[in-house]
Amino acid sequence: MITFEQVSVQYPDAAAPALAGVDLTIPEGELCLLVGPSGAGKSTLLGTVSGLVPHFTGGTLHGRVTVAGRDTRRHRPRDLADLVGTVGQDPGAQFVTDTVEEELAYGMESLGLAPAVMRRRVEETLDLLGLAELRNRPLAALSGGQRQRVAIGSVLTVHPRVLVLDEPTSALDPGAAEEVLAVVQRLVHDLGTTVLLAEHRLERVVQYADRILLLPGDGRPAQLGDPAEVLAQSPVRPPVVALGELAGWSPLPLSVRDARRRAAPLRERLAGAAVPPVAPATPAVPVARATRLTVRRGPIPAVRALTLTLHAGEITALMGRNGAGKSTLLGTLAGLHAPTAGTAVVAGLTPHRARPRDLVRQVALVPQDPRDLLAAETVAAECAAADQDAGARPGSCRALLARLAPGLADQAHPRDLSEGGRLTLALAVVLTGGPALLLLDEPTRGLDYAAKARLVAILTELAAAGTAILLATHDVELAAELTHRALVMADGELVADGPCAEVVTASPVYAPQVAKVLAPQPWLTVRQVAEGLAR
Amino acid sequence: MTPRTLHPAAWWLWALGLATAASRTTNPFLLALIATTAGFVVAARRSSAPWSRSYGAFLRLGLAVLALRLLFTLLLGSPVGGSHTLLTLPQLPLPHWFQGVRIGGPLSPEGLLFTFYDALRLATLLICLGAANALASPTRLLKLLPGALHEVAVAVVVAVSFAPNLVADVRRLRAARRLRGRPDRGLRSVLGVGLPVLESALERSLALAAAMETRGFGRTAPVSPRLALATRSLTMGGLLACCAGLFGLLGADRAGWAAPLLAAGAAAVAGALALGGRRTVRTRYRPDPWAAPEWLVAGSGLAAGAAVVLLSGRYPDAFTPGVVPLVLPALPLYAALAVLLALLPAVAAPPPPPLRKTARP
Repeated sequence: MITFEQVSVQYPDAAAPALAGVDLTIPEGELCLLVGPSGAGKSTLLGTVSGLVPHFTGGTLHGRVTVAGRDTRRHRPRDLADLVGTVGQDPGAQFVTDTVEEELAYGMESLGLAPAVMRRRVEETLDLLGLAELRNRPLAALSGGQRQRVAIGSVLTVHPRVLVLDEPTSALDPGAAEEVLAVVQRLVHDLGTTVLLAEHRLERVVQYADRILLLPGDGRPAQLGDPAEVLAQSPVRPPVVALGELAGWSPLPLSVRDARRRAAPLRERLAGAAVPPVAPATPAVPVARATRLTVRRGPIPAVRALTLTLHAGEITALMGRNGAGKSTLLGTLAGLHAPTAGTAVVAGLTPHRARPRDLVRQVALVPQDPRDLLAAETVAAECAAADQDAGARPGSCRALLARLAPGLADQAHPRDLSEGGRLTLALAVVLTGGPALLLLDEPTRGLDYAAKARLVAILTELAAAGTAILLATHDVELAAELTHRALVMADGELVADGPCAEVVTASPVYAPQVAKVLAPQPWLTVRQVAEGLAR
Repeated sequence: MTPRTLHPAAWWLWALGLATAASRTTNPFLLALIATTAGFVVAARRSSAPWSRSYGAFLRLGLAVLALRLLFTLLLGSPVGGSHTLLTLPQLPLPHWFQGVRIGGPLSPEGLLFTFYDALRLATLLICLGAANALASPTRLLKLLPGALHEVAVAVVVAVSFAPNLVADVRRLRAARRLRGRPDRGLRSVLGVGLPVLESALERSLALAAAMETRGFGRTAPVSPRLALATRSLTMGGLLACCAGLFGLLGADRAGWAAPLLAAGAAAVAGALALGGRRTVRTRYRPDPWAAPEWLVAGSGLAAGAAVVLLSGRYPDAFTPGVVPLVLPALPLYAALAVLLALLPAVAAPPPPPLRKTARP
């Protein structure tokens, strides 16, 4: 269906090609998962299929990409629109019209399909994706999972034979992600659509893949093959695969179910071992306290009568669906929103009344998009500005950054850094003032496993030094790996609060893969299991 | 009547009729009647989509215009001299070369009333515009443009939807300034986010452009070179003829050739639009039908407008009541009946299809 013949892509001003020597064929009707570390050229590869590379992005394409026999060099993206449907990470960025129904019809209108055909296909697609209830809804009033489904539906109505999805679930909570992936699977099974999907959160998608296309990103050529075989050599892999390798299973398990069926001997071996304790090293000194906190944003309260204490040296995960009020809670603790009722106190300050200059030395918040925090032209200028903002000794931010991320060039532009590099720079910037409380909003969105491991190491070190950390996340694996305590919010209220191990294993939605495989034993992460086996 | 959305042009024609009626009178009773009629129809037939809430904004804008005009009359006086004095404000002494301008001084009820009538007319026009906005979103109206102008229409729609995004960006980036320990109030904080806001707006437009490109926006059907040439020359010729015609019409001597030339130019441009439409392959999904309710809605508004224009020519006194001497204006009965005709859509238009409860945010 899609053939790559000796494809390489070179952007101007880039030292190395973004993609090199890709030579393979993706057969029709398969769900092909594209994996690889950040910067390995995943988005570029997806772009060559839809024709956006090089027609829209510039750069030079060597070799040849054909989709169903059409050469993407000679066909512009708009001429491939009836063949390839593309959905990006942020569905909101691709909506052209106002309502669900109009959005579904937009692509067909552009292609000039007959009105009767359009009418029928819109109805079919509404049913296929479970959107019939929402047909007249304004797009602005949809939740994250609904938007992603509408975005997929809007490209499906033209009946593309290839669907290209770039991180379709990375912004979604586990429930909404399942919703979207169920739809994708249905397309592959019922309509025979060929799906090419890139995703960092492998644990969510690996079990659905027929094949994996690995871009190792270290100079080795791209590799296409059976999921278990490819993952055995992949630098990025979901926990269940890592567990399989640790236990020496062959072939490697891809789903929790596979692993669980083979896990009985492993559970026996682990039965005697004690789970390594996960408790903060320092005694519980309260740093921040919210008392019956209510915050109203728009007509509905986003946080309702919430009481919470955060302690020094403790890492707390804040989970819950999209729109549960997580970001509002973080924003209120950082002084961005004034409470409607109740109080929030951080290190003796009332956040929304404190002067920004005083507050920045006590509370640090890294927003969902770390780019918001970065305004300067170079890394060095950003660090100098951070020293000045926090009233710190010149050079402190640069020294901190050198410790967090060795080898970040002084003259690099913050927008040119990788996702992980930008996050570390933003962290260094807000940590310059030496705050007692660090708040992170979805820090692992778009991070590969290596960058995530780096973040885990940094945060663990900070907590050991006595910083209280609260991170809002959908990433249950990260929560299991890193945090001492977990909170779950729903509709602005706190519905669970306790040690991480207890909270995440209590519900199947939030349970990490290892916990699902080894239940009822309380192991959460591959690292714990490795330690348990070693003893 | 089964719920459906009415053709947007019908609503806009109806509102245009009411606005025309409002523009021909300063009679406060008649103006109030027009505004109430528009408000009643909006209340009866608007949907619960976000753009339907714009009526309230237009209403507030109308009241603000009214208040502002009265305030200025209070401060600067009125050209209408009156025999009564309501109150006398302390007058600011101004040098003699400031002749004709005064600040403060005596205030007559006649002057105030004159301003009130005049401002009420403007406010009513705004309310009519707001009603059209609430009943049929302007983006739906833009979709009716001929195929040759489709790309322009999309550009306008995208630009309109960018305004709320820009506001959200400014808010987000000001919050980020606070997170870095910089002041988030005052003019400097707004200026400080200017560049990042532009950057993110640019990024968003690029993302949208890429998405539209992959969805087939701008696909064209092959046309013969002769047709393309004909389209181009008709456009150029038509526009030139329009310019020359307008020049002639507006000139001092009102040349006799001007009007026919303008008409010929307009016809040529219309022809070019029709020919240009052949290049687009675009089709329309569920175009709004034009049926009996559309005729009734558009007709009632236009009839009200036409009747008021006709009557105002015949009885000018009733439509522009004098303020010197102070008298209670009478409500012209026939005109009032004509305006009431515009209430018809409240029953003649089909109710909008219901939206379900909005999603969790």
